[in-house]
Amino acid sequence: MAFPGWGDPLSPASTHVSPYYIENTIEDTSVPNIVTAVLADYRGYDTMFETAVIFSAGIACLFLLRRMKRKKTDFRHYRHMATGITLRIEQGGKIHPTAKEFERIDGLWVPHDLIIRTTGRFIIPFIQIFALYVIAHGHYSPGGGFQGGVILGASFILFAISNDLRSALNRMGERLTAFFYTAGVSLYAGTGALCILLGANFLDYSALATILLVDPVTARSYGILIVEIGVGIAVMAVMVILYYNLVSAGKFDEGL
Amino acid sequence: MSRHFPALIIVIPLISAFFIFAAGGLKKTYCFYIAAAALAISLFSSIGLLLQVLQNKVVVYHFGGWAPPWGIAYRIDYLNGIVLVAVAAISFLNLVATKKSVEKDFTEKIGLFYTLYVLFVTGILGIVVTGDAFNLYVLLEIASLTGYALIGMGTEHAPLASLNYVFMGTIGASFYLLGIGYLYLATGSLNMLDIASILPNIFQSNVVLLAFVICLTGLFIKMALFPMHAWLPNAYTYSPSPAISLIAPLTTKVMVYVMIRFLLTVFTPSFSYGSMAVSTSFVWLAVIAIVVGSILALSQKSLKRMLSYIVIAEIGYMVGGVWLGNRAGLTGAILHIINDAAMTLCVFLVAGNILYRLSGDSFDNLKGLFRKMPFSMGAFVVGALSIIGVPPTGGFFSKWYLISGGIAAGHYGFVIALLFSSLVNVVLFFRIFEIAYFEPSDCPHISDRMDEEGKIFNDAPLGMLVPLMIVAVGLIVLGIFTDTIVTKVIQFAIPGEIS
Amino acid sequence: MVDLLTIIISKYNYWGYIVLMMVGLYAMIVKKNLVKKIIGMSIFQTAIIFFYVSIGMKKNATIPIISHGHDGGERAVHAVDFINPLPHVLMLTAIVVSVATLGVALALAIKVYRQYNSLEEDVIDSLIKEK
Repeated sequence: MAFPGWGDPLSPASTHVSPYYIENTIEDTSVPNIVTAVLADYRGYDTMFETAVIFSAGIACLFLLRRMKRKKTDFRHYRHMATGITLRIEQGGKIHPTAKEFERIDGLWVPHDLIIRTTGRFIIPFIQIFALYVIAHGHYSPGGGFQGGVILGASFILFAISNDLRSALNRMGERLTAFFYTAGVSLYAGTGALCILLGANFLDYSALATILLVDPVTARSYGILIVEIGVGIAVMAVMVILYYNLVSAGKFDEGL
Repeated sequence: MSRHFPALIIVIPLISAFFIFAAGGLKKTYCFYIAAAALAISLFSSIGLLLQVLQNKVVVYHFGGWAPPWGIAYRIDYLNGIVLVAVAAISFLNLVATKKSVEKDFTEKIGLFYTLYVLFVTGILGIVVTGDAFNLYVLLEIASLTGYALIGMGTEHAPLASLNYVFMGTIGASFYLLGIGYLYLATGSLNMLDIASILPNIFQSNVVLLAFVICLTGLFIKMALFPMHAWLPNAYTYSPSPAISLIAPLTTKVMVYVMIRFLLTVFTPSFSYGSMAVSTSFVWLAVIAIVVGSILALSQKSLKRMLSYIVIAEIGYMVGGVWLGNRAGLTGAILHIINDAAMTLCVFLVAGNILYRLSGDSFDNLKGLFRKMPFSMGAFVVGALSIIGVPPTGGFFSKWYLISGGIAAGHYGFVIALLFSSLVNVVLFFRIFEIAYFEPSDCPHISDRMDEEGKIFNDAPLGMLVPLMIVAVGLIVLGIFTDTIVTKVIQFAIPGEIS
Repeated sequence: MVDLLTIIISKYNYWGYIVLMMVGLYAMIVKKNLVKKIIGMSIFQTAIIFFYVSIGMKKNATIPIISHGHDGGERAVHAVDFINPLPHVLMLTAIVVSVATLGVALALAIKVYRQYNSLEEDVIDSLIKEK
């Protein structure tokens, strides 16, 4: 047997395992998007480990780069907003605490970013709503947890780029992000463990039928939705923490 | 609950990783205890699984309630069961032994270290226990990513060494993925047993041959077989000691297990050993690996670097034993996976103890160490005797099986390489014994790692010594009970068609 | 000769991704800048993703989303009408793994830069030899 041709409907890959998925998804899980059904139900165990991969990438970046203490040689720059004069505070010195006319700027600060900031303010909410739409409609159209999570993470990164890193850290700080990615993966693994506690095998969502008070097929559909939400939250938070780490080289101080 | 052992052995460490990370942010002292509890449960489940396998021959677990090939299934048989116990025991003992060392090296990142540790163990345990080829790739990547990060936080040139390891490891894992892709193209399935049932009809196809070659290349890169071994010495030398005593005994040996699994279960022995030319050339490759590893180890002046070249030579033993194709060779290879993991753990733990007390591990630092650190060096002697192959340690018996396999196959080059490597190991280790025992230690007033009261350093703390003693005794126990292990477990792990 | 040309032309999809894979490997092995090597690694992994996705293609078939969702399955679903969903599922995982590896590799590159102040391999090697 030589290599199958391009698009051959009789190749072994198209005739052995996949026809079962295509023909039985609606009966087994009532989810029209076959890719989501296979990803989160038939091969849901793989997807849990994929989420664990993205979790460990976030932890690995934190472990490698994160610098907790500030070195003495770091400078900070302050700019007087009215006149545009820039101060450079060195060697851990302090600025007068009531100096409200001074704002903290990055080392690579450029002026005239009003257009970028305003455009960001308009676009970011729409991006976030679209991301939540992609996560929620993973059952009916192309989409799902990973895709929606990346778009949601991209919206936070856009905020961090259009404003500066410190304002993004004020809204989505390190602890909140850490909570999100831990909670996301725990949601997935916890759903699986809950299925064991209810008597079925690991990640067998039909066991959730007793808790959610629906028939087993709809319980599978709800189980897929729950894990997709978990995946979306985890991916979003890891994208954000990866960005924070890489762009500020671990200091979480100033960046792009 | 015992029905769920195959799931628990992986899921408990995975869920505990999240708790450890949370504890790392809130209260750092809990991290170690959560990790220890999770790995202890894994060890217990793995022993339970081995007992179940000894009763029922095979344990199968369907995830999500879907039967294979539509869902993912875990399948534990004799080969799996014994390697699983070895991996779980090594990771648990190493966790307990390196507690003080971690607290000293990574004081503010303890939570992150233990999270990565437990995730690495999850990945390695999953590689051993899975029965699905793509699931193996995902777990391989978890183990690799956490390994890269653990190695990257070491001394001096660690980030560069780890980056080179990233490149080589990614090429290896991607080749494995490509091989799985070719197998999927040819058979349409991802479950190992299902592929094995479809393959005999299409053995002559080019696709299957290409899949075989590419999978093997990927595995050879990940197990650091010569000539793809260049990433290993640097990565292992510069890595922090608590991480390397976890990674060194496990990564390469588990890749040898994956190779055995693919040769025996997926591509049945009639295909894998079908071509005499291919098998013999792989044995010669293993011979070169043994010789090169041993010779390069002779020229090293630092303990950890010498040990990493010995690891390269040991991989040559196992790969050669597998490709000999007879029962004795395969028995020796599988036995050597377990023995080598234990002896690598022993010697790297001793290196960790030395680095905990002294400033470096070059041979100059080792002077007079037998008097200062008697227990650690005692365990080092046991580990060294096992690597050399002296009875009653386990290393002797696995070498015995490998040599008799080589003689039975008529491959005298392999036998000569094994004996040559034993001689070189004798030279290497007795050189260290001589420096550590006979040379007088430097005057304590001018040594640079004295503590404030001016004491001469004594041995590592008790928490580091007790697991080390357990491992050293375990090496002797493995040697004494070799016969039981072989007749009760390994004999059934090898299919009947191999003589 | 005609045979060889037939083989090359009829299996053009396989040759496409092999070329892409070789480009990625070339970048990883030959280039001296660490970031170029990381980009080569990304290209290499993307080529494998293309290979898998090309396995799932079927002529005259549509995307694997059944358009009549909760009707109770009145219309019978034939496997021939939909492309193979399994490679897409596997490649979702592979893309995530590739992104995670990229993140860790970039973090290591930042550490290397912090230590040696350069990202060129020959400059770093000469710095190491000097020490």
